[in-house]
Amino acid sequence: MSARPHTTGYRGDRLWIAAMVHRVSGVLLAAFLPLHFLVLGLAIRGEAELDGFLQWTKSPLVKFAEIGLVLLLAIHLLGGIRVLVIENMPWRDGQKRMATLAAVAAVGIAGVFLIALL
Amino acid sequence: MSAVRLYTWQRLTAVLMVPLIAVHLIIIIYATNRGLSAAEILGRTRGSIAWGLYYSLFVVAASIHGAIGVRGVAREWLGWRETALDRLMWIFGVVLLVLGLRAVIAVVAL
Repeated sequence: MSARPHTTGYRGDRLWIAAMVHRVSGVLLAAFLPLHFLVLGLAIRGEAELDGFLQWTKSPLVKFAEIGLVLLLAIHLLGGIRVLVIENMPWRDGQKRMATLAAVAAVGIAGVFLIALL
Repeated sequence: MSAVRLYTWQRLTAVLMVPLIAVHLIIIIYATNRGLSAAEILGRTRGSIAWGLYYSLFVVAASIHGAIGVRGVAREWLGWRETALDRLMWIFGVVLLVLGLRAVIAVVAL
């Protein structure tokens, strides 16, 4: 990608990072969704089929990945609310702080999930 | 589809999903805390009209939102042409919708 005038100097800014995080988390969630639906669809062949897969999710690596998924969902939700507020409500200062707050809250939600997981 | 329409659908589904995702996160944490199992999930969802409606709405909104989102990223990052972008959006959206509704049937209706 070539450096365009309107992007130079903005990259790396906290709100640029917020936009990137929102985009990347959205793409990753979109990639995860078909798998999520396929797993739940296993229940078509009965409870045992679904349980068989859920047993696999008990492994530490999968649990670790699940924390990542919760973090992705939480951060995309909070980042999305941030976008909706910016677009639809009167402008207010402290946007960078709001972005940081959204990130902290998302990590907090993932933390609560981690506690539930243990 | 016009850019304005895509934008409007994207934002409408976003607003709709704010409460849906909040509930989803609470359920994820609650169910995990109780020890995730098929019995736990299906015991809650099977035969429930309320959960059936909730998840159906969620699937429809997520399919639209995800498909338009992926279209936007492909346009800006991959530089695809409009026809290819529309094709990507519709294929991805329909795949999500079909798989998602199938999953809803699996956990609610059977």
